Amino acid sequence: MLEVQSLTKRFGGVAAMTDVSLSFESGSLTAIIGPNGAGKSTFFNLMSGAIVPDSGQVVFNGENITGLNRAAIVRRGIGRAFQVASFFPSMTVAENLMAAIAAHRGQWGDLAHSFPRQGVRTRALEVADLLGLADESDTLSAKLSHGDQKLLDIALALALDPTALLLDEPTAGMGPEERWQMIEKVQRLWAQQRLTLVFIEHDMDIVFSIASSIRVLCYGRVLAQGTPDEIRANPAVIEAYLGTPETDEPA
Amino acid sequence: MLRPSLARDIVLGILVIAILALIPALVPSKAFQDFVIRVAAMALFATSLNLLVGYTGLTSFGHGMFYGLGTYSFALLMQKTSLSLPMAFLLTLLITAATATVVGAICIRLRLIYFAFVTLAMQMLLHSIIISWVGLTGGDQGLQGGIPRRVVAGFDLGNQHTLYLASGVVLVIGLIAMRHVVASTFGTSLRMIRDNEARAAFLGIVVWRVKLAVFVLSAMFAAVGGVVTSLFVSGAYPELINWPISGDAIFAIVLGGIGSFLGPLVGTIMLTVLNDVVTRTTEYYGLALGIIILVFALGLRRGVVDFVTERLGFRPSGGVS
Ligand SMILES: Nc1ncnc2c1ncn2[C@@H]1O[C@H](COP(=O)(O)OP(=O)(O)OP(=O)(O)O)[C@@H](O)[C@H]1O
Ligand SMILES: [Mg+2]
Repeated sequence: MLEVQSLTKRFGGVAAMTDVSLSFESGSLTAIIGPNGAGKSTFFNLMSGAIVPDSGQVVFNGENITGLNRAAIVRRGIGRAFQVASFFPSMTVAENLMAAIAAHRGQWGDLAHSFPRQGVRTRALEVADLLGLADESDTLSAKLSHGDQKLLDIALALALDPTALLLDEPTAGMGPEERWQMIEKVQRLWAQQRLTLVFIEHDMDIVFSIASSIRVLCYGRVLAQGTPDEIRANPAVIEAYLGTPETDEPA
Repeated sequence: MLRPSLARDIVLGILVIAILALIPALVPSKAFQDFVIRVAAMALFATSLNLLVGYTGLTSFGHGMFYGLGTYSFALLMQKTSLSLPMAFLLTLLITAATATVVGAICIRLRLIYFAFVTLAMQMLLHSIIISWVGLTGGDQGLQGGIPRRVVAGFDLGNQHTLYLASGVVLVIGLIAMRHVVASTFGTSLRMIRDNEARAAFLGIVVWRVKLAVFVLSAMFAAVGGVVTSLFVSGAYPELINWPISGDAIFAIVLGGIGSFLGPLVGTIMLTVLNDVVTRTTEYYGLALGIIILVFALGLRRGVVDFVTERLGFRPSGGVS
């Protein structure tokens, strides 16, 4: 189980996260929604060790992981993908994944052996296949389509065998059709890999159709949490979020 | 584990050494031998700098401090102690590694321009220490008195022809070693950090350790170049540790190509030829060099080797393009 307690973070005058307590059951598929600037990405940054909270705790499988560095958190099994696809543009898809796998296997400081060591390529191609990137394995990642770059970003996180996966707007910048393809892949991945999957999403149709559970953030606070039906009926959510014209614009 | 490309590199290296050994028999030219020795020293230095600039994205303006430190440490150890040449060489590498660890620990956490300027400032500091410590270093005059005990295993490195061959061998071994570094998983970590440092950290790489390690490694390779120079000039002098020497290495990288492993070597050869030709024909060396660099930077927008490999349809190995 992934859990945060009274998480608080300020950036200068901006209260990006105020007293947020949430938990994600092992094996659950949870959507996080909230308007632009609600603190969704900040929430992921706090859980993945990119930034340290001012106060509060992050607890993963019973262990307090607050303040651990990114590498230490990754080793404990929390992987993440980014709102803006993040990968290594001078490398091919396969090289990206091999690099990630080698890093995860603790070979990143290895001067003695040449890259990739045994078994790394095979595993990289397996991971590429999980996301339907096998055909692109020799494509320079900088030249991939936007959608494939988002997939590669997720593949990099998966290469580390995470048990929890945080996806920051996996469908950002995609057209409607591409969005559904992406979200189907995410859902399939979640089921196949038995992941604790948390994703941020702006498209309400997508959220209500696949998430078993939803958390709503607004101005750095938890506005509501529950099942899709509960969220749909929640007056505070309707007023603060669903009532206003939906924003499909990713920031 | 031996990779196929390592075997190929070694064969290629032996070939180069064989050719270097043959040349004096065909065309006996002292000037050519001098040229090779100077290129060997400078190419080791420039290639080592490219481990930082091209492969890791760490643009150091002060890398010459380790090249200079190599010349001074080696020359001083030979003059002031009774250590044998190989021992003095090893100790020089250790001194350089220790210095680079301290300098690196201060610099590597700085970003871009700050890293560049703080490394430059460090070199200026080291240079001024050398200049003012007259008793030890000879100050402005440089370290005079020559290098004693140059005979190693029957080879007299005081003999120009022997030094010429030895420089060739050291260059080849140094290049193969650096090539091995960039082809290792550690070398891949360098590229990851250059491409996307934040993501590298999220994949479990402890970025500062990799940066510090490559900083120290590249400093040691630069010092090897310094030792070759020290043997060539029979001592050490302040110009070898002053900041323009770092500029020379950067020029060599830019001319030859930051994205290719052999770019800095080719750049060094071009720069050395240019230096010899231009200084013979005009006193406006700086002006001529500046114009040529501009032509490359604005015309090709990349170094020669990068330009050629791209034209041939290869992807540059360390490429930033
Ligand atoms: N590193 C930072 N430094 C300063 N302010 C920040 C930083 N990161 C986030 N913020 C601020 O915190 C607030 C929350 O930002 P965050 O990116 O978490 O929102 P979000 O919910 O992900 O929004 P979006 O839907 O636009 O992606 C914003 O006001 C943002 O400007
Ligand atoms: Mg966001």
